[in-house]
Amino acid sequence: MKLIYEKSQAGRRASAVPRHDELPRPEVPEELRRSELPRLPEVPEFELVRHFTELSTRNFGVDTGFYPLGSCTMKYNPRINERLAALPGFARLHPLQEEDGAQGALELMWRLQEILAEVTGLDAVSLQPAAGSQGELTGLLLVRAYFAARGEAEQRRKVVIPDTAHGTNPASVTMAGYELTPVRTDARGNIDVDDLRGKVDEHTAALMLTNPSTLGLFDENIEEIERIFNGAGALMYYDGANLNAVCGISRPGDMGFDIVHINLHKTFSQPHGGGGPGGGPVAVRGILEPFLPVPAIVRREEGGFGLDFDRPQTIGKVRGFAGPFGVFVRSYAYIRMWGPRLREMSEAAVLNANYVLARLKGAYDLPFDRLCTHEFVLSAKTLKREHGCTALDVAKRLMDYGFHPPTIYFPLIVPEALMVEPTETEAKETLDAFCDAMLAIAREAAEEPELLKEAPHHRPVRRLDEVRAVKRPVVKYGFGEHPVTKGEAKAVVTEAPQGV
Amino acid sequence: MAAAESYPEELRYHEEHDWARIEGDEALLGITWFAADSLGELVHFEPPEAGSSVTKDQSYGEVESVKAVSDVIAPLSGEVLEVNRQVVDAPETVNEEPYGNGWLVRIRLTDPGEADALLDAGAYRQLLASQ
Amino acid sequence: MTHPFLALTESDREEMLRTIGVASVGELFRDVPEGVRFGRELDLEPALSEQEVYAHVAELAERNADASRELSFLGAGMYDHYVPAVVDAILQRGELLTAYTPYQPEMSQGVLQAIFEYQTAICELTGMDVSNASGYDGTSVAADACYIAKHATGRGKVVVTEATNPQVRQVVKTYAAGFGLETVEVQHRDGVTDLDEVERAAADAAAVIFQQPNFFGCLEPAPELVARAADAGALPVAHVDLLSLGVLEAPARYGAAIALGEGQPAGNFPSFGGPHYGFLAAREEFIRRMPGRIVGETLDTAGERGYVLTLQTREQHIRREKATSNITTNQTLLALGGLVYLTWLGPQGLRELGETCLSLAAHAKQRLEERAGLEPVFADQPTFKEFAVRVGRNAREVVAAARERGVHPGYALGRDYEGMDDVLLVAVTERRTPEEIDRLADVLAEVAR
Repeated sequence: MKLIYEKSQAGRRASAVPRHDELPRPEVPEELRRSELPRLPEVPEFELVRHFTELSTRNFGVDTGFYPLGSCTMKYNPRINERLAALPGFARLHPLQEEDGAQGALELMWRLQEILAEVTGLDAVSLQPAAGSQGELTGLLLVRAYFAARGEAEQRRKVVIPDTAHGTNPASVTMAGYELTPVRTDARGNIDVDDLRGKVDEHTAALMLTNPSTLGLFDENIEEIERIFNGAGALMYYDGANLNAVCGISRPGDMGFDIVHINLHKTFSQPHGGGGPGGGPVAVRGILEPFLPVPAIVRREEGGFGLDFDRPQTIGKVRGFAGPFGVFVRSYAYIRMWGPRLREMSEAAVLNANYVLARLKGAYDLPFDRLCTHEFVLSAKTLKREHGCTALDVAKRLMDYGFHPPTIYFPLIVPEALMVEPTETEAKETLDAFCDAMLAIAREAAEEPELLKEAPHHRPVRRLDEVRAVKRPVVKYGFGEHPVTKGEAKAVVTEAPQGV
Repeated sequence: MAAAESYPEELRYHEEHDWARIEGDEALLGITWFAADSLGELVHFEPPEAGSSVTKDQSYGEVESVKAVSDVIAPLSGEVLEVNRQVVDAPETVNEEPYGNGWLVRIRLTDPGEADALLDAGAYRQLLASQ
Repeated sequence: MTHPFLALTESDREEMLRTIGVASVGELFRDVPEGVRFGRELDLEPALSEQEVYAHVAELAERNADASRELSFLGAGMYDHYVPAVVDAILQRGELLTAYTPYQPEMSQGVLQAIFEYQTAICELTGMDVSNASGYDGTSVAADACYIAKHATGRGKVVVTEATNPQVRQVVKTYAAGFGLETVEVQHRDGVTDLDEVERAAADAAAVIFQQPNFFGCLEPAPELVARAADAGALPVAHVDLLSLGVLEAPARYGAAIALGEGQPAGNFPSFGGPHYGFLAAREEFIRRMPGRIVGETLDTAGERGYVLTLQTREQHIRREKATSNITTNQTLLALGGLVYLTWLGPQGLRELGETCLSLAAHAKQRLEERAGLEPVFADQPTFKEFAVRVGRNAREVVAAARERGVHPGYALGRDYEGMDDVLLVAVTERRTPEEIDRLADVLAEVAR
């Protein structure tokens, strides 16, 4: 398919911009003036619409079909949320509008904060962080501020992270100026508590933990872990990536966590948008509230809602304004359509995952044989050893059956990992069709492995040469100098861990 | 074309899958066939600067494939005399000739006695078998 | 009980439990220790139907004074530019809206090609060699640039001009604390950055971040500023408005190392602060230090062109604690809005838009002087679409009084700058008309002095 730049013809355009030729136009000083116009596409409006519509047909979303991408919680995104976020009272509202002109928006945010505090079992919420990883960084900066206020900033330099963690956790640790202390996973898929005991001391600032973990397992030793950190005077950070498993069932605050980030684009249905936007509010215990980012959204004693900038101990700001408001509208509406029945949402997610696991565990390796929560991790280790078919091959073959593949090669501790998260969205017929496909693929691996290795067969492109993409990076269209677009390519496809 | 598995007898090995070819008070350093094979086709080598010092058991650079990044561990301490530009320009040379043109740096040894602690080819093969 | 977002019937549930080998849904949670189980129902208001939630949330929206209800000259980083209908139409395509990061390229050529086209547009506008797939917003990308500069130069300090958006400065400061970087601000003189101060501060700095046009709307002497920073060994980082780049020079052309900014003016609604996209583009030498996703072109096994996420070893899921950033979820959908908008605009549209903003803003400056007796604060400086005027009394009071007359006249600069309590920052986009500008002048004539 052509690039939009390749459809461009000089002299065409889609826009009509207001002109005021009757008004004088000031000259831009010559040394600041644009010397050559950017080569933006030149197309009429209908070509624009056709181009991007065609692109959309070459893409797969939750609206297209089953999308069990582990750890990403690809659930249905209700259409009403889009209608609400687009209301002019929200979409055209300026973030620097005076408080009295933004009461509806402020009330919505305040209500969302109250809801998130209840769901997490914590005391105060900042909606500001733009995504989960920014929530992590915010949380770690809160940890720093807390210990700085106690005079322990120099002493507490270490953050403990299990080997199952998302890559964002260690990356956030470095960005917050901390040192990483890795901790192992035990034979049941819990944190290795003996390993942990030896590593937590007066130099430890915090633990970062996803619970249920990226293995889809609830840590059975969570109470002991809490005692260890509490005893060492360290804080506990909850990565809320997997909150969809436990709404109304177990709350991070009750597990002993002091800081939680919530991925609004996972648990609370903000559409993922091909990579974003997200929302990563943080909820904290009362002792950490003074350090939260500004502005805080508050209910005024005299009535109404407002933005409070007067927080002398704040860590500052991590993002512009009060956060990605349009995301809040969608998540707020979504939560209001569940109310206390959020628990049923989590229960359905966990039931769906366990059902798929039960049907698949005979055909693939299961590294930790327990009931799972909202997701589980299989391994294609045996398939690889016996038939030379990898997790990547399974993933590609699933596309031929019309499904989006699960997350692969993550978590890192499971070789040939296939991480499956059905979410609560799916009907049993869909789950069955997916299981049938996975079972068929396991048989094909034995009988006709080439079917897997050459998959996918029916997508707009075949497997792509990722080595070429790295060694000769072409990261923008080159117009007259654009490289030749056809040629011999190798089937070099990454078996890299996926971010989630 | 990736090389076939081999561990030449004349080299000394470090358990982090690095080798040293010692010639007098100088040595060539590189990564073993096993390391190159595990990473897959190399696409990038981040070299140290000529003149910088490397310390035994510590990282002196990075190699990357599409799927992974790995620190390169110095089997011996010394001063970097030369970086292999051929590998910088064509990192896949390491996969093709891990012990020949795929060497990474040439160093002047600061403590030649350190070599005694390294493995010979047989011991390194045993280490691989036990992993 | 059924729920519109669930499909489980009673018999489904029973059959599934039987397959799993447990007696009840409750038993699925047996690994959750008794002590951390939540013993009551969530204290949330009862579930609403779609119709009920619409009524409730729409009522909240009604209570806001958005730009369709007030004649708005408020800018200060977020602007009321027109967003064409094609943006809404494309962003609502479910295949794009409800997909995630294109880890599996065969399932995601649509989003991947769109990001590649977006990267191209950003590089064309800024003159840079490489753009990422987007950052969170115009503030966080400035913090990202500090991380690039820290590692590229090994220096321990970043310089930000005081005439840079205050929120950008605040976010840089917050992040810099984690990065172990000191932040230093250099002052403005008569609305533009003091170049001698830049030169002094840049001597041991990793980066000099400045905004063009700056927060006061004035045009910085960017080529000279960049040269002073670069001569001192600091990376010059330009925070720019995409919509100015049809009339203002591309940052790479005057020597900036990194160009970044807030994408909202180009294709996103203000939405009370987000979500929007932050763009970040750099010269080729920084490609391996870029934060976040980058899409590259390659070939498939049949020799056909296709697109993939590339240079992923920079990123957190592979490099972990040594990653160039912790970002994973970004703002792809909003960046796609930017691409659709810029495609709609085209090069001529971009230039015309810039010219219209220049004309209308200059006209507003003149009318405020003629009809309301208000003088621009930095009369000697050229501006783009925004300018500062003295209103003779506390500007916040002026804002309040004008709003009672249905006009939001702008941003009170005293909220961020000492000694500017009587200064109003007025933004004029192509959506304003000469008649509306006259109305602003009349209202200010009444309420300011």
